[in-house]
Amino acid sequence: MMNYFPDEVLEHVFDFITCHKDRNSVSLVCKSWHRIERYSRRRVFIGNCYSISPERLIARFPGVKSLTLKGKPHFADFNLVPYDWGGFVYPWIKVLAETGIGLEELRLKRMVVSDESLELISKTFVNFQSLVLVSCDGFSADGLAAIAANCRFLRELDLQENEVDDHRGHWLSCFPESCTSLVSLNFACLKGEVNLGALERLVSRSPNLKSLRLNRSVPLDTLQKLLMRAPQLVDLGIGSYVHDPSSEASNKLKHAIQRCKSIMSLSGFLEVAPRCMSAIYPICGNLTTLNLSYAPGIHGNKLTKLIQHCRKLQRLWILDCIGDKGLGVVASTCKELQELRVFPSDPFGAGNDAVTEEGLVLVSAGCPKLNSLLYFCQQMTNAALITVAKNCPNFIRFRLCILDPVRPDPVTNQPLDEGFGAIVQSCKRLKRLSLSGLLTDQVFLYIGMYAEQLEMLSIAFAADSDKGMLYVLNGCKKLRKLEIRDCPFGNAALLEDVGKYETMRSLWMSSCEVTLGGCKTVAEMMPSLNVEIINESDQTEFNLDDGQKVDKMYLYRTLVGHRKDAPESVWIL
Amino acid sequence: MEKEGLGFEITELRLGLPGGGEIKNEKKRVFSEISEEEENGKGNGKSQVVGWPPVCSYRRKNSFGDKDGSKTSKFYVKVSMDGAPFLRKIDLALHKGYSDLATALEKLFGEVLKDADSCEFVPIYEDKDGDWMLAGDVPWEMFIESCKRLRIMKRSDVKGFGVLQPREAVKGTLKE
Repeated sequence: MMNYFPDEVLEHVFDFITCHKDRNSVSLVCKSWHRIERYSRRRVFIGNCYSISPERLIARFPGVKSLTLKGKPHFADFNLVPYDWGGFVYPWIKVLAETGIGLEELRLKRMVVSDESLELISKTFVNFQSLVLVSCDGFSADGLAAIAANCRFLRELDLQENEVDDHRGHWLSCFPESCTSLVSLNFACLKGEVNLGALERLVSRSPNLKSLRLNRSVPLDTLQKLLMRAPQLVDLGIGSYVHDPSSEASNKLKHAIQRCKSIMSLSGFLEVAPRCMSAIYPICGNLTTLNLSYAPGIHGNKLTKLIQHCRKLQRLWILDCIGDKGLGVVASTCKELQELRVFPSDPFGAGNDAVTEEGLVLVSAGCPKLNSLLYFCQQMTNAALITVAKNCPNFIRFRLCILDPVRPDPVTNQPLDEGFGAIVQSCKRLKRLSLSGLLTDQVFLYIGMYAEQLEMLSIAFAADSDKGMLYVLNGCKKLRKLEIRDCPFGNAALLEDVGKYETMRSLWMSSCEVTLGGCKTVAEMMPSLNVEIINESDQTEFNLDDGQKVDKMYLYRTLVGHRKDAPESVWIL
Repeated sequence: MEKEGLGFEITELRLGLPGGGEIKNEKKRVFSEISEEEENGKGNGKSQVVGWPPVCSYRRKNSFGDKDGSKTSKFYVKVSMDGAPFLRKIDLALHKGYSDLATALEKLFGEVLKDADSCEFVPIYEDKDGDWMLAGDVPWEMFIESCKRLRIMKRSDVKGFGVLQPREAVKGTLKE
């Protein structure tokens, strides 16, 4: 019946389908739907930049306006991938520019972004509106200056946790007087001092500004002036928050903050004098998101008092100095909590204030809506995990990191198999899982049996044999990303079902038992996969013996064969 | 680091492939075994493994305060004092705050800077933009990053500060 509708009608219907997974499904229905869908697709998500080429992207979606690209594998975050591994965005920008694509939005994660790329973007795409860079590197303040100066309709410049080795702040002064379209500006990760007058003027002429995240260099009196000029802010990231609570500056700040009735998200406090937190209390009641994970200065009573004002919190990111008691306060205050992330404040130390299983149990009991967790802790017990599983069956993301990664249950001295088993059995919607603690093959049996919706699994220092990996590969039908380090999985597990890897985005294995010969076999059997061996050792000669264990292997499905930009330390089989 | 003749080779820090016979036919590289073979660089009794705990490198560098020992850089700046024949140099990184700095300057020049009421000097500094600023306004960490040189100026030379009330500013900050 739908075939009798003219294309425009179908296109109009498809306009309501925005999620890329749904659009992918739509395009598989029949030829005409495929055709109509591809011409009307505006947003494209590419989870691995080496799985497809820019030329093929444009051939299929000539109307693309918004592109999301991800580059390096996740473990690059933890220094397990050489800095020059790849993930360069320049080739993409070059091709998009040459084919006249009207790019408006670019979202990049773990990619290398050169100043040249940023300049090319700023000078080519006249309607460019949004640049979001997450965990990227390779650019400096010069590239940002080009974006500021040339993108006349820029709405969003969002820089999250990028490594920018440039301490100049001149880029902010490059926004022309005619730029009044900013909706979101986040430069919290930059170190340079921006011209404060230029910042104030920019905010003054941006009536649509909803999100503003400042860096450390922005002092308190500027913050106060900015808030006076932008009381419509919804999301605020405070840079420096040091003042004397009895001073005039502090009073002015309190007044300015009280005018901001729309702030729902608060972060930063990159530099903080904790006795001044009371000035923030008036807006705490509306907060749905609070990120204090970069504010080690706020702890103890000051932290818990602050949280007690935040009854509507849905998302909370904090440091483990909150302690189990502090988590108890979260549990009794934040009944709407959905996402909790507790980061370590001192990853190497004794962690006196760190959290344990007790804090997690308290939160699970008090916050039944909890569905996303990242929890770094000193220890965990099976009993606690079983309780958490019962209290919170709605977990979509469950990432537990015990600081000593092979620590057993300290009460029973048993592995944590049963605890994690309870989590996967109870949480039927679980999509992402990270394991730690002492774990045997048994936990993987449970995962393979129960984690039917699991898409991403991270494993470290676990299992006893190949069986562990096989349980997962055989059981988890929706698995897309599997990353493993320091586990005794070898060729038998790797080669059991190589066809499976074509149904996944990628597989990472480092410090396991797989050999060069095993990896070569995968590459030979599956031409649709790129199998990369990363060897960063000082050995000038890479040992070509097939029996040699491989230090790091990263394989991923691709439609465009071997990439040409791999450095010397990466060998593509 | 080599400690020849003491048999510490087994604890040598390695990132390469496990060749050389240190680990043979191990089914599982247990964390504790890896820790043993890596040298303890921090001297706190806890060993470190590459990439563990899994905290992204940006967060490692930015949320652990001073504990991770990344502040090894030096911040030497010239210090001049009105009336003194020679300039001195001081490493700002060695000091914890303005109060500490005042004590150090006192030792260098022999003038009392802390007691602001009777003090006839005002500490100012030149920042990255070339402007002369009154010391004490910005947080200490920001100060040492932007300070290029220090000058201890005679109060009688301070003209037109007016509203800023340098006495209060100096008293408030150097005494913190």
